[in-house]
Amino acid sequence: MPPTTNHTLDEILNLAALHFKVPRERLTPDDDFFKTLGIDSLQALDLLTRLESHFRIELPDYELQGVSDFRTLASRIQARL
Amino acid sequence: MKEFRGQTLSWQIVNGAIELALHRDPCNEIGSLTLDELERFAAALPGLESEAHALIVHSTQKAGFSAGADLRELFLRGQEMEKVAAVRGVREFLERIHAVMNALDAAPLTTIAAVHGVTFGGGFELALVCDIIIADRMARFCFPGLRLGLIPGFGGIPRLKRDLGNAAIRDLLLTGRSFNVMKAQQIGLVSQIAAEGEALRVARATASQVGKFDRWTTAAAKAFVKPIPYEELKQEINIFCDLYSRPAVEEGLRRFVENEGVQPYLP
Repeated sequence: MPPTTNHTLDEILNLAALHFKVPRERLTPDDDFFKTLGIDSLQALDLLTRLESHFRIELPDYELQGVSDFRTLASRIQARL
Repeated sequence: MKEFRGQTLSWQIVNGAIELALHRDPCNEIGSLTLDELERFAAALPGLESEAHALIVHSTQKAGFSAGADLRELFLRGQEMEKVAAVRGVREFLERIHAVMNALDAAPLTTIAAVHGVTFGGGFELALVCDIIIADRMARFCFPGLRLGLIPGFGGIPRLKRDLGNAAIRDLLLTGRSFNVMKAQQIGLVSQIAAEGEALRVARATASQVGKFDRWTTAAAKAFVKPIPYEELKQEINIFCDLYSRPAVEEGLRRFVENEGVQPYLP
């Protein structure tokens, strides 16, 4: 059975906190991850690669166009699980 | 010249392998200066070949192997002159870089691209001239040109056609999406996957292995299995120049250059 969206969201927040060295408690689902993590588009590609590897999916980067919050990102990933 | 330290790249011979390191900020964008130094390398290559059995191309930039052509330079040069002169300048640039790429492609050594991070556009095309691509687990490959109204111009399409199935090429080109390293290996683009930060070490191990073989046999095998698609490469330049002359390209380049948002590299 695929994980729930909440579970997926939690894994994304954990992974982002770990990789970008941000305290997990500072991240919330509706944060703008570019701002909260302080990343640019190249680092967003790095995050995408880590997410694809973690969830063992392919997520075309055009699906991230205009996406900047963790909750929407989780829904995009959920659709590929 | 056995060693060279330039503004955008450097080379030296290490344990019988020529190591060509790209080091232009921010991510090895390929413009006039890089082209000048690549031409210098291509001219020096025949003199280096007798002392080496392999060539490794890699990047010392954290962001990746190369983000591709210097689009800012391409846009600004185009603004400085009439359209006809701008197209002529682009054609001259492409003919020069094709000459470099063809020289690297035909080098009678085993050539290895050790890539990590962003390997986009012209950077991807530089990796494609190499015999073997060894990729860091975090590498991403992309041809984003269509969103600017252009096709790849440094020889990418003919070399993709040489190496990959047509369906995978259509996916890369027509969606402009980036492939991760697992996908790139699955379609036959990447030979070996290295852990993060280990691509150069893995490339050196591979260079050491190929150094065990007779160089003449290696050169004969390579020439037999890796023909250079010269006619298609010329066609690519023609198509690129036709597309470049369209107003949509100028607008696409302007959008990219003037984009101050955080997502310009996301197609």
